[in-house]
Amino acid sequence: MKAEDLSERLLKEFPDLASSFSIDKGEAVVTVSSDVVHDTIERLKGFGFNQFEMVTAVDRGENLEVVYILHSLGMKVVIWVRTFVPRDAAWVASMVDLYTAADWLEREVYDLFGIEFRGHPDLRRIMMPFDFEGSPLRKDYVDENIIPRPDYI
Amino acid sequence: MTNDAQGTAAEIVSDGPSVREMVVNVGPSHPSTHGVCRIITHLDGEVVTEADLVIGYLHRGIEKIAENRTYLQVVPLTDRLDYVGSMYNNWAYSRAVEKLMGITVPERAEYLRVITCELQRVASHMMAVGSAGNDAGATSFFVLAFWIREQVVDLLARLSGSRLTYNYVRPGGVSFDIPEDGWVEDLRALCKKTPAALEELDRLFFGNVIAKDRTKGIGVLSAEDAIAAGVTGPSLRASGVDFDLRRDEPYSVYDRFSFDVVVGESGDSFERSRCRLLECYESLRIIEQALDQMEPGRTTAPSIPRLIAPPAGEVYERIESARGTLGVYLVSDGSVRPWRMKVRSPAFTNLSVVGTLAVGHTISDLVIIVGSFDPVFGEVDR
Amino acid sequence: MAIIDDLGQTLEKMPGGSVILTSFDALLDWSRGHSLWSQPMGTACCAMELIASSFSKFDLDRHGTFPRADPRSVDVMVVAGTISRKMAPAVLRVWEQMAEPRWCIAMGNCTVSGGIFHYDTYAVMPGVDSFLPVDVYIAGCPPRPEALQDAILQLRDKIRNESVAGGRTYEHKLLLPTSSPRVAIEDRGESA
Ligand code: SF4
Repeated sequence: MKAEDLSERLLKEFPDLASSFSIDKGEAVVTVSSDVVHDTIERLKGFGFNQFEMVTAVDRGENLEVVYILHSLGMKVVIWVRTFVPRDAAWVASMVDLYTAADWLEREVYDLFGIEFRGHPDLRRIMMPFDFEGSPLRKDYVDENIIPRPDYI
Repeated sequence: MTNDAQGTAAEIVSDGPSVREMVVNVGPSHPSTHGVCRIITHLDGEVVTEADLVIGYLHRGIEKIAENRTYLQVVPLTDRLDYVGSMYNNWAYSRAVEKLMGITVPERAEYLRVITCELQRVASHMMAVGSAGNDAGATSFFVLAFWIREQVVDLLARLSGSRLTYNYVRPGGVSFDIPEDGWVEDLRALCKKTPAALEELDRLFFGNVIAKDRTKGIGVLSAEDAIAAGVTGPSLRASGVDFDLRRDEPYSVYDRFSFDVVVGESGDSFERSRCRLLECYESLRIIEQALDQMEPGRTTAPSIPRLIAPPAGEVYERIESARGTLGVYLVSDGSVRPWRMKVRSPAFTNLSVVGTLAVGHTISDLVIIVGSFDPVFGEVDR
Repeated sequence: MAIIDDLGQTLEKMPGGSVILTSFDALLDWSRGHSLWSQPMGTACCAMELIASSFSKFDLDRHGTFPRADPRSVDVMVVAGTISRKMAPAVLRVWEQMAEPRWCIAMGNCTVSGGIFHYDTYAVMPGVDSFLPVDVYIAGCPPRPEALQDAILQLRDKIRNESVAGGRTYEHKLLLPTSSPRVAIEDRGESA
């Protein structure tokens, strides 16, 4: 299914998503605020997005962007759900109650970005050792190994 | 941890596990974990009551390194993610960059990508099936499967110059055209003779009553659980879900080939491994069709600069790798380096169900369950 | 190895003992060098080549090297693959479990220096020699299985120079691996 067809069907079902729905490079994107993201994803799951493909974060300076990508085996299309959380109070609701796939994926984002997933049953580090400090994938993480390079190499 | 008469009487340690439960640590360096995975198992006798997987022993921070490399310098890094099937990572990443830049890839390059990736699928599945058999004790089976893998790897080495980390699929095309030394003929010969060898493998292991007893009914993953847990690829199809990205959301030139999607029924370890073996036949079919359809032409898109600086934006591209849906999420800020690269790794999500599946099985079955999901830890840990 | 070590020192002090010592060394080094069972410490991509090298096509078995995932019964640890900071203590633990005499082969750029992951990472050790004594380094990313075979042969050469008496080494003038006679003995030791 194309993102255009999806937008037609989705907006017929949920007209209130119209303001947050957009199509970017052929992908359907829903941008919502962080307090309704659990709600939105629950509705999308009911709509037919039965696979939780991934969740990740992007460092956007002031805010951290959390991106969820959901996939529907029936409709054969993916949808992005984007939300922004403030850098120093980074938390969103956990999706483990909706998809078990979210378990490890959220632990990874917690580990590498320091975003707290409230309601996650077992939020521990997954990649780094348990005694590691810091959130290495944030842009302000300092490590003597990481050397800034000029643009031409 | 029971409170029946025996349990409380035997309780020696007050705040540790009771003597009926034992904690056994498997890994991180263990021959049957297929890499560096640590499984903390709680055992009641021989039966697993809880299995906690600790991963991250191969976490190399590739996503962070990529932020400090130019777009083309990232390609060799993606080789090292899924080192059993390097081509897929190259391809998924290249597709993401091409989409950011709006590059159209020449047709011949698309065919070459399909051919190499399907060859890679055979090589990767042979590794997976062989080591899954090895876990069940069939070493001769592993040797035979590896022999097929070696032949495929030889062909890929003649094409790309490397046995393992190919760096072959690059943004805009592929790095080399087919060599003039009879490579196509050798590939056709391989496609002719490999089915017989696969047949033999099938009989040797999957027709063997011992192997059947050892793997059937072990680690049954239902279709609903598989979907909810985000399992993809052969492991999903073994549970009876008929979904293959190559057929259902065709990318590249996959819509021009006719092939069957192998779907299993029971979703146990036997089925998962066998689905992989049967997929190899389909891959060989695709290769033969691609060789027939391929026409001479360019192998790289014209005028790709050395220093790519795509316009700002983000893309998510997914392909069907040997382990499942491999996605690359790429964010560009308009500079010559990616702002963020995230690899959605199929092995990672597939592995996450192992902990719950193993409960109720014996510890020797745990090994078989891990093997049947074919984890590659370069990709799990990234 | 305590008995053999004492034996070596005693022999060295005995008049005429070095004749026995050199013959004994020759026997011991020959037997050690020709059955180097290996602990396959394969963590990443290089492990694929490690597996390939012990299988049918390359067949390390013919050099007497046999992968045995049991640290108590092996002689050489082949570290193949990236060692992350999380993994390093586990590698060290396996190394400590191996019985003396033990050798270590660092296979692949990652184990030599961190390789492709040397810069810009927060998680990778800059080479295994930062916490292990390494005998033979193999460059390559990944090295071909032939390179591992060559490393085994080089390690064998190195073992042929060892003596049970501390501080003593032999030097072989000829480089051919099989037919070189022991031509010179050099005492490097403070103990002699
Ligand atoms: S040296 Fe290269 S091939 Fe070997 S483990 Fe490191 S990255 Fe992988």
